[in-house]
Amino acid sequence: MDFRLTDDQRALKQGVRDLFEGRFGREALRAAVDRADGRRGADAPERADGKATAGGREGADGRRGEGARVLDRELWRELGAAGFFALRLPEAEGGVGQGLPEAVLAFEEAGRVLLPGPLIATHLAAGFVAGAAAGEVVVTSADGPLVEWLEEADVVRGDVTGAEPLVPVDPLTPLHRLPATDGRPPGGGAFRAARTPDGLLTSLFTAAEQLGSAARTCESAVQHARTREQFGRPIGAFQAVQHLCAGMLARVEVARAAVYAASVTADPVDIAAARLLADEAAVRGARDCLQVHGGIGFTWESDVHLHLKRAWTRTHRAGGATRSEEESADDLVAGTA
Amino acid sequence: MDLTYTPEEEEFRARLRTWLAGVLPELPPKPSPRDWPARRAYDLGWQRMLYDAGYAGLHWPVDAGGRGATPTQHLIYLEETEKAGAPYVGANFVGLLHAGPTIASEGSAGQRARWLPPVLRGEEVWCQGFSEPDAGSDLAALRTRAWRDGDDYVVSGSKIWTSHAEVADWCELLVRTDPAARKHRGITWLAMPMDAPGITVRPLRTLAGSTEFAEVFLDEVRVPVANRVGAENDGWRVTMVTLSYERGTAFVGEVVACRRVLSEVAREARKNGRWDDAVLRRRLGRLNAEFRALWRLTQWNVSEAQSAGGVPGAGGSVFKLRYSHARQELYDAAAEVLGPESLDLGREWTLDRLSSLSYTIAAGTSQIQRNIVAERILGLPRGR
Repeated sequence: MDFRLTDDQRALKQGVRDLFEGRFGREALRAAVDRADGRRGADAPERADGKATAGGREGADGRRGEGARVLDRELWRELGAAGFFALRLPEAEGGVGQGLPEAVLAFEEAGRVLLPGPLIATHLAAGFVAGAAAGEVVVTSADGPLVEWLEEADVVRGDVTGAEPLVPVDPLTPLHRLPATDGRPPGGGAFRAARTPDGLLTSLFTAAEQLGSAARTCESAVQHARTREQFGRPIGAFQAVQHLCAGMLARVEVARAAVYAASVTADPVDIAAARLLADEAAVRGARDCLQVHGGIGFTWESDVHLHLKRAWTRTHRAGGATRSEEESADDLVAGTA
Repeated sequence: MDLTYTPEEEEFRARLRTWLAGVLPELPPKPSPRDWPARRAYDLGWQRMLYDAGYAGLHWPVDAGGRGATPTQHLIYLEETEKAGAPYVGANFVGLLHAGPTIASEGSAGQRARWLPPVLRGEEVWCQGFSEPDAGSDLAALRTRAWRDGDDYVVSGSKIWTSHAEVADWCELLVRTDPAARKHRGITWLAMPMDAPGITVRPLRTLAGSTEFAEVFLDEVRVPVANRVGAENDGWRVTMVTLSYERGTAFVGEVVACRRVLSEVAREARKNGRWDDAVLRRRLGRLNAEFRALWRLTQWNVSEAQSAGGVPGAGGSVFKLRYSHARQELYDAAAEVLGPESLDLGREWTLDRLSSLSYTIAAGTSQIQRNIVAERILGLPRGR
């Protein structure tokens, strides 16, 4: 047993980080936010009429002008060219031939820089939907009460009949809500039915993104605490601030162990645990990061709110915390804990 | 990232399992937790069985009489013994996990030969004389004095929270040998025989009603200079060796134990109908996730330790911080499942719930662990 990353895995993680930071660094992030913010301002009054098209929509119908679009198609193609979507496809099928642990490391890095777009759905579609692997086609899916990026996707997997747009809290994740089915909100209620393989992977990759975001907000808080001075010394010398930061790191490290282990075992209970720990690390990490930043953290200019809003958004994917908790509880009485 | 075990490790696990299945039914009944002499005899008896079977000091270096097992083998050992319900390390804790590894690492050849074999063979019990009434979390503030008189140190002062002091043969004792030096300097590590004249042991009753620890009063106790481990005034460094072991692998078995208890709590909830309470059920589910993650973190830390030559790293502080709180939450949840029954001191979980309150205090409080994480891992400026 050697749980640590192999040299190849470390190199892959660093390579993906370099790619993302070079191609979607802070300026690109803020430019995308500005684009989305401008579009929201222009659209907001008309949004209530919600005219999303029904399931299985393919092609470019209903697109607005390129200027109004938030998803960077050029970036999407670059991700495709770098092998992000085809990471787990066998080499014989034109993929990179990597495994689940490597994909989890890549999604962790995506979460770190808040890379926008239906990354997981497109990754899962590689090999099934033509053009997805290469980043030529944007794929989203309906796996719960919400659909991300419905209007900008070329292909939608799942039934999105009656989808209505909402004004998304995260400027870089457009959302549609789906109508409730048989009296229950989608994704709620009973959990006895096992998850589909795609549902499991969506949950695992979401956990990986949350982990990346949590690690980033922890670093950001620590960096700020080291340099920001109050009362004549860096605020990081105050125990109250130190303890916030220590709590953040502890959550990151426990989540990291859980997420990496789940990527190795692909066990549904491990994935449920990873998801719970990573959701907590990302949401509470962003809130504590905001607290450490003080008033600055409450401004639009600070990136902290983008991490918090994305973390909140991710917690609703593929069944929320309730479902993971129930699955984890089931495991206790199944006697396999 | 590899979580599979090698064929050699699996063979080690299988052999250990077979041995445990053979010997555990033969064990005498567990003594009452309040009967210390009986507990000492029981724990030493178990240690002797481990010694005879070749499992004593598994993770100690071979030249210290150990088996030189890798951290992974030690992990397997702790996992399997806990799963099989084998006795806890008990009264041998300080000897096997603190004093022993410290002497193995810092002691002279003569000291190793004198003190290590009796620990491994289950003949001598050690206790830990670190904390004092005014030096608990701020350990370096300790004031128990020792001065040279010929071939002896003469020691006066008092220690507190000393587990097993009533039945210990030896005490790993920290004393101040240079009161003028800055507080981390001027401390010396001594092995004090507990039958020396001038030692008074007064048991302390804990909130759980038991006498887990004692106060130890030292009135001009003579300890031979030959019993000093490391150089005079170098005791702080020697101590850090000890503490890093405490924070590294010392809790592995306990995570396994908590996972077992959590399953029992869930089964109890199914039996008494509390399982139908969705809020409680989901709380147990979350605890399951937490303990699974802590187990993975243990495997992670063991992998890190293995690559660093077996020395546990600072990650132990992160682990201890999360674990001690999770353990308290576990017994709070157990109390919720038991309902009014949780007020019955006759229930094992009630006593365990009370005992768990010490976890965020002992071996460095949660607040101290957060300071360590903030300053030593995250590199934040030193606080005051």
